[in-house]
Amino acid sequence: MARIDLVDLAHSYGGNDAAPESFALKPISMTWRQGGAYALLGPSGCGKTTLLNLISGIVTPSRGKILFDGTDITLRSTRERNIAQVFQFPVIYDTMTVGQNLAFPLKNRGVPKAEVDKRVAEIGRLLDLTADLKRKATRLTADAKQKISLGRGLVRSDVAAVLFDEPLTVIDPELKWQLRSKLKALHRELDLTMIYVTHDQTEALTFADTVVVMHDGRVVQSGTPAELFEKPAHTFVGYFIGSPGMNIIAAEVKGREARIDGHTIALSRGYDALPPGAKIEIGVRPEFVEVAAPTPGLLKAKIDRIDDLGRIRFARVRVGDVKFAARVPAGFAPSEGCVGLKFEPSNVHVYADSRLVEGAA
Amino acid sequence: MDKTVNQKAWFLVLPVFAVVAFSAILPLMTVVNYSMQDTFGNNQFFWNGVGWFKELLDPSTDLGSRFFASLWRNLVFSAVILAIEVPLGIVIALSMPTKGWTVAACLVILALPLLIPWNVVGTIWQIFGREDIGLLGYVLNHIGIHYNYVANDIDAWITIIVMDVWHWTSLVALLCYAGLKSIPDAYYQAAQIDGASRWSVFTAIQLPKMNRVLLIAVLLRFMDSFMIYTEPFVVTGGGPGNSTTFISIELVKIALGQFDLGKAAALSLVYNLIILIVCWVFYTVMTNAGIERPQKEGVA
Repeated sequence: MARIDLVDLAHSYGGNDAAPESFALKPISMTWRQGGAYALLGPSGCGKTTLLNLISGIVTPSRGKILFDGTDITLRSTRERNIAQVFQFPVIYDTMTVGQNLAFPLKNRGVPKAEVDKRVAEIGRLLDLTADLKRKATRLTADAKQKISLGRGLVRSDVAAVLFDEPLTVIDPELKWQLRSKLKALHRELDLTMIYVTHDQTEALTFADTVVVMHDGRVVQSGTPAELFEKPAHTFVGYFIGSPGMNIIAAEVKGREARIDGHTIALSRGYDALPPGAKIEIGVRPEFVEVAAPTPGLLKAKIDRIDDLGRIRFARVRVGDVKFAARVPAGFAPSEGCVGLKFEPSNVHVYADSRLVEGAA
Repeated sequence: MDKTVNQKAWFLVLPVFAVVAFSAILPLMTVVNYSMQDTFGNNQFFWNGVGWFKELLDPSTDLGSRFFASLWRNLVFSAVILAIEVPLGIVIALSMPTKGWTVAACLVILALPLLIPWNVVGTIWQIFGREDIGLLGYVLNHIGIHYNYVANDIDAWITIIVMDVWHWTSLVALLCYAGLKSIPDAYYQAAQIDGASRWSVFTAIQLPKMNRVLLIAVLLRFMDSFMIYTEPFVVTGGGPGNSTTFISIELVKIALGQFDLGKAAALSLVYNLIILIVCWVFYTVMTNAGIERPQKEGVA
């Protein structure tokens, strides 16, 4: 149990002299609070596993420091860091029984037998493995194997943090839900810091209090699921989170107005101090754009198709060459191919070179 | 799913069958033929039934006593060879580098002894161990260790064993190295996270994952060491006395020295059978070892 601080941490598999752009993890500084449930979210190859392996000590960083509760542990071994990690593919010691597998991390640290038995029984109960504890850990399904791996990660109660590296990839969707809610429950019960790496936004948003979004070796935003949804700090977060993703459209922004295709959209804040020469875009989630009957004063668009998601319908529309997704209000039936788009000004954000610009009130 | 019945498929086996028949089955049948008959020369043969086998398996006869004495030597030799080469091979494989140019260097150096023909290996050690001109023999005697493989039984045995270890440990090491390389990194990372000691990593991950290649290594080393002929023949010629006369050497003496074809054929068949049985035992024990052993632990 510890607070984890990363100070200017960076890593390159090509060594410290590699070009800055080739770093798998570009310099970051951030703090993970004790007892938090974090998700590290990003597409494959964005550096999330590298970051995780740096924290667990499997990889030694090229630059920067890692502090556990203020103590520099950058050069300490995984064993000394006392950290638990669960990998994407199950690792089973197949000459041992399921129970011995769970007990392995404790035995290696010289925990007394009575304590080991108690913890193994408890974790076995939490993961529904009690019936299998005496069974040999071979010829199990991928699900069962991964449950054992998870169990080994959770069995120690005194760890600095438990790191999960896409642990549910090999699990059936049905069981995935169960295991995820179980992990969430375990987090509440055990008061452990958990960091969960995934490229699945649903997984990240349902598991974590704080979601850390990574892109191209950088942390682009870290916040609650609601913050990520309502106010993406980076256009990448905008379209990576949410389904369909945020509409990102090139626009001319002046003061409290944005112009697209000759049409003016009102903004709720003033943007007079935009950096000169930057690529200016506005971003608005499909949930905050509504299609309506084409009346003067609304941005005109052509409907390509309508996706019915059950509870909500999204129209895929086109303004000139620019594609949009927009909410179709209940009961609205577009009579012809042409509609108008209504924007909610408070949810239209302005981005300069992909980064959110805070307007003046 | 219904399988299509097509008896013509047997024709596909025919070429292999023909080759095996000419290279193995027919020669073996001639041996069986000899083992049942006696000859007094002139290509005249007389039916002898199982007479040679009875004589061979009766330690009170000359043939039987020679057979059992050499069988005993063979078993001791193979046991010693396995006891040394398998652990040593594992240790070498574990201490080999896993990346960089040193890997290639190690592999080449390890493979070198394997490429040397048996009789050359024998000759190398025969000269190496001589006390007058051999580097090893001369040095040992010079520093006060009396060593003479021509006169002393123990020295002869040590020489042959060291020679075999020098020649063949590489094979075990290379097989184990291949087995180790096939273990995914995730296992080592997980073990690191679980705080496993070097020894636990070995017993919980490396040894179980090497089980298959170790089986092959043990079988190969058993068969080769049990059939050893050339090296002891070149180095000691089976001596001093009969102390390093293995079954193969005995067999050649009987078949080609005394020209007792019947006795030699019976001995060959029994020799062959022993190798098959021991290999079967090793195979059964080692393939079941990984499955049964931990179950017992689980019950306890």
